[in-house]
Amino acid sequence: MNWSRKHLLDIQSLSAEEIQLVLDTAKAFKAVGERAIKKVPALRGKTVVNLFVEPSTRTRISFELAAHRLTADVVNFSVESSSLKKGETLRDTARNLEALNADMIVIRHSAAGAPHFLSRVVNVSVINAGDGSHEHPTQALLDAFTIREKKGRIEGLNVTILGDILFSRVARSNIWALLKLGARVTLCGPSTLVPRTFEQMGCTVTHNVDRAIEDADIINLLRIQHERQRKTMFPNIGEYTNLYSLNKTRFARIKPDALIMHPGPINRGVEIDSEIADCGRSVILDQVTNGLAVRMAVLFLLNGGKGPGELGV
Amino acid sequence: MPNTVKKTTSRVLMTSAELRRVLARLAHEIAERNGDSSGVVLIGIQRRGPYLAQRLGQALEALWGHAVPIGTLDVGMHRDDLDRRLAPEIFTTHIPFDVNQKTVVLVDDVLFSGRTTRAALDSLNDFGRPQRVQLAVLIDRGHRELPIQPDFVGREVDTTKSERIEVRLREESGEDLVSLEVL
Repeated sequence: MNWSRKHLLDIQSLSAEEIQLVLDTAKAFKAVGERAIKKVPALRGKTVVNLFVEPSTRTRISFELAAHRLTADVVNFSVESSSLKKGETLRDTARNLEALNADMIVIRHSAAGAPHFLSRVVNVSVINAGDGSHEHPTQALLDAFTIREKKGRIEGLNVTILGDILFSRVARSNIWALLKLGARVTLCGPSTLVPRTFEQMGCTVTHNVDRAIEDADIINLLRIQHERQRKTMFPNIGEYTNLYSLNKTRFARIKPDALIMHPGPINRGVEIDSEIADCGRSVILDQVTNGLAVRMAVLFLLNGGKGPGELGV
Repeated sequence: MPNTVKKTTSRVLMTSAELRRVLARLAHEIAERNGDSSGVVLIGIQRRGPYLAQRLGQALEALWGHAVPIGTLDVGMHRDDLDRRLAPEIFTTHIPFDVNQKTVVLVDDVLFSGRTTRAALDSLNDFGRPQRVQLAVLIDRGHRELPIQPDFVGREVDTTKSERIEVRLREESGEDLVSLEVL
């Protein structure tokens, strides 16, 4: 199959086949990153704008490097240095970027749905790099890529996502992607951060961490999103760490081939023991490497699809 | 929309036995051209080039008495029409040897506009600087749009632009058959 979408706004609307296509394409781009010359001319002459209305370092750098490795020109646009601070609307900012003939806008925004809105008001490919607590599609794609690479499959695996689910766009995108690809997803954390409503998506919800991790093939740890919590969701960090962190005692009881994932940034000693984060079964840095490959694949796929769609040789 | 059914007629260009003979001849021609076999490597262009490169490699190994390094190359990231079409599916690029100072024989099934070959030369550049590059194709169907010509040709076939060459190889289709599809 071929990719025919103009935007990557969320995982929810993608089919399993489309997700697999991104992962397959990313595999080829990962190989490019391992060569002496890590660059291909696929997006030569294209302009990618990183429109980060909410601060981000790792995702922005990953997208920036991905665009560079595809030979695109990159403009970084952060809220601190932009007219958004002076009262310009998102729509006007985007239309200005469009007027400069940008080809793709990578947007991160604290409001859920901002990328969807943008895709309706500008004639430019829009990529969601995280919108509020809604979705973070490329994170889910890179997580799925990493699982598939390490385990050889996703279907039938038990994936446990542990931590702040309620405020996590990473969790939502991961849940959609993993369920579409046939994994079983268990969510665990304090009941204030892991409400039962998530069962409606098709997940298992538990507040018992030992039960959540005992059968897990993958344990994906999420950071507490202090910046999104409007009120205190649990008594204190010490209690959270006691009840829910992946410490050495719990680590000793998980499956011997279970992998530890974390989208970063890590709070060492809070959601994960520092030594476990660095151990051989932690694939946290593989996720970073794979994130670059997945973002190259997404940029590459979205660049197509503008023509009549013929596939002549 | 009305469903228009187009009649396709098909003409066999190469049977399995003919394909075998053509590949044997191509291997002999490659051997004849390259007196010093030590620096020769084969790189098959995705999607069917790698199968043909494997078969040529076996034939050359029999002629030369030593294994010939074989790689695969996908040109999808180097095409010149990427923003005019749906993004192409990307297949494996695997070149498990150094191409510097080598004689690289690019292997493809059908030579048409020459644009795939151009993209392959561009892509190959990222892996090093071969001493020379030669091009072996099973079918040359004409209609070149770039100044590119093959060194080794299985068969030249007169075609019109709307016709299609269908190459079926046993590795993926279970049978060897080359045919001309007239729409």
